[in-house]
Amino acid sequence: MNNKIKRYIPQILTILFVFLIFGFFTINAQVNMDNRGIDFGFGFLKQEASFDMQFTLLDYDGQDSYMWAYVVALLNTLLVSFLGIIFCTILGVIIGVARLSGNFLIRNSAAWYVEFFRNIPLLLQIFFWYYAALRALPLPEKAEPWFGVTYMTIKGYYIPSMIWENLNVFLSCLLASIISIIFIKIYAKKIQEKEGKQLPVLYISLGLITILPLLSFLFGGVTLDFELPVLKQLAKTSFIFEGGISLPPELIALVLALSLYTSTFVAECVRAGIQGISKGQKEAAASVGLNPNQILKLVIMPQALRIIIPPTTNQYLNLTKNSSLAAAIAYPDLVLVFAGTALMQTGKAIEIVGITMLTYLTISLSIAALMNWYNKRIEIKEK
Amino acid sequence: MKISLSKIKSNNYITNIYLGTFLFSLSIFDVFLYSFLNINITSFLPGNLSLFFPLIIGFIGLSFIRMEYSGIKIIDNLNKHINTSNFNALLTLIIIFALLKALPPALSWMILDANISGDTKQACTGTGACWTYIKVWFKRFMYGMYPNEMHWRINSAFILVIALGFVGYFFKDNLKKYLALYYVVIYPIIAFLIIYYLISGGSFGLVWVETGAWGGLSLTFIVSFFCLIFCFPLGMILALGRRSNLPAIRYTSICYIEFWRGVPLITVLFMSSVMFPMFLPEDFFMDKLVRVIIAITLFEAAYCAEVIRGGLQALPRGQYDAAKSLGMGYWKMHIFVILPQALKLVIPGIANTFLALVKDTPLIFVVGLAEIAGMLALAKTNPKWLGFAMEGYIFAAIIFWIICYAMSKYSYNLEQKYKTER
Repeated sequence: MNNKIKRYIPQILTILFVFLIFGFFTINAQVNMDNRGIDFGFGFLKQEASFDMQFTLLDYDGQDSYMWAYVVALLNTLLVSFLGIIFCTILGVIIGVARLSGNFLIRNSAAWYVEFFRNIPLLLQIFFWYYAALRALPLPEKAEPWFGVTYMTIKGYYIPSMIWENLNVFLSCLLASIISIIFIKIYAKKIQEKEGKQLPVLYISLGLITILPLLSFLFGGVTLDFELPVLKQLAKTSFIFEGGISLPPELIALVLALSLYTSTFVAECVRAGIQGISKGQKEAAASVGLNPNQILKLVIMPQALRIIIPPTTNQYLNLTKNSSLAAAIAYPDLVLVFAGTALMQTGKAIEIVGITMLTYLTISLSIAALMNWYNKRIEIKEK
Repeated sequence: MKISLSKIKSNNYITNIYLGTFLFSLSIFDVFLYSFLNINITSFLPGNLSLFFPLIIGFIGLSFIRMEYSGIKIIDNLNKHINTSNFNALLTLIIIFALLKALPPALSWMILDANISGDTKQACTGTGACWTYIKVWFKRFMYGMYPNEMHWRINSAFILVIALGFVGYFFKDNLKKYLALYYVVIYPIIAFLIIYYLISGGSFGLVWVETGAWGGLSLTFIVSFFCLIFCFPLGMILALGRRSNLPAIRYTSICYIEFWRGVPLITVLFMSSVMFPMFLPEDFFMDKLVRVIIAITLFEAAYCAEVIRGGLQALPRGQYDAAKSLGMGYWKMHIFVILPQALKLVIPGIANTFLALVKDTPLIFVVGLAEIAGMLALAKTNPKWLGFAMEGYIFAAIIFWIICYAMSKYSYNLEQKYKTER
């Protein structure tokens, strides 16, 4: 009896506490909204947004609805996160491996890189790139071409755009090659388990993924043209580039800062992963008669990845959440467009902040769930 | 004597050392001359070859001096640390040359061509940085819009708070058991009162200064200090809640932690500034700074909780069982047995959370509180001081870097100090 009470009283108190807080907030919110003449509801999502965004991936103009503005802004957020994740992974792996190098200079430069970029607030880094570094770039008419066809100017980075014909043929060829690679991998695994032979899967897949799309150019009627950015004079002193794709400076500053900052954390994860494997594993593998390539592929990497991937995913998640700092330099991401402009226009604070938070929450929780599933799968099953 | 490029023989290793050292130093000398004095001694070579010349001869030089043992200390050290293989030698050269190339422009911009005298924009005549700008705005960057003649109030409040923080060191042995009580309950209250009465003012003959005027680095300190103090106990409670075997408490904690960890801080700050007032009674006014501190505390507490949970999970079951077998209850067990060990384990994690907190404070800029990033934005758009964004951001970056680096080194020392063998 005594024990039961001991178990139930704290629980009931907790639930009561939570309910009281929520109840208090709800009642206050209702009173406040009544007083200000605001009603609660999501009908505003269908209304005309009537504001512009300077950078979008999909077609958008002021006549579209708030709903569409939300989708476009979300895509902008995802674009920044995607680019950031790619660059921070590349940089992070290089720096992480360099931190373990036997070369004194390389090891220490990598360590200083990590110490440097990790200890400066991300917001300051974004500001630095956007307001200081990228503002020092030349005007369009004075820009020197990089790699011949791209132009880095104060108004953004101009790259050629691709004009495809029969893109779907090309894409289906690419898809076909990927599917066949998966099948070959499964087949190779079967062969290895049965006969102990290893097929050169890497070379076969490389060949497939280049040859099949190439064939689509030769026989599928696929053509690819590049539209180059061309300098155009608007007025006596004002020039712009036309054609091609222009990446705005906000995007560049954001991706730069995010990937430099997050790469330091990824580098630490990679280093920890490689260091976490005992030397005995390598020696044991060598004594079984595996060659260095096989040791890396079959013994070291599978174990290192088990240590590296979970914390690295966490960093990717952090990067995605940090991309919301875009609002500070006016890159039209979810927070700026939706929680900023749309909120100011409609005044629906609760709904809009709620939707924004829920979006990030969904992204985070779904990736966390995926990670848990992956962790369970690769866990060392002890007997 | 003949020189063989492919194989080093024992009888010509002296020649190899001389030749290799000569080539290696020549390559460094060439880059040095070019970057510091702008003399190109290889200008007679055609185009790209002139550019890659030092790399090539340095590479050849390093491959000459690479040998098992030479008897010369410097060369043996070189071979051991930076010259183990062709690939390493190449990377070494690239790093050395990049440093040599980058140093002179950076030096001349930061120091040699920089200006610090005078107090107007016109004083900055050099091509380098204009540190005059930092000098003139220094007080603003530190204290925000706080009235100039009252800066002593902020300074003395900080000194008092820091001094009180060290009081714990001087506790007598019979008072040591109250240490935790002091730091978790009494110290925050005293610190709050000091900051409220001294910085805010309004009584004891001090003029009231509203929080809108607070700013600069001192605001960063105030916000991170309070968040740090409050988020730790809250995180501890949440961590215990998540490990509890009472389902209602466990799920409440899990929901709380996962919610706050799933959203970016910037949306939390937006919530605190636009949505939170809607949830409060109509005539109830809460200062923006207080709302922001509450928001950041709630946010960081979730991260803190996860770190502490890691420590709790790492403790072996035997510790719990031993404590229970001594007849300890839940709270006694946790306070005297579990938490002291668990917290010791998570010092690096906690330090990382605090570091993240300090690095997150500039974000309060987005809700209109002018801490250092906000003051920089203000100074940058001042018509009298246009065009010095670079100096401002570098200044702020250096300050934050020093703070964060010192914190991480301190946490490393703590970790070493409290490390116990298991």
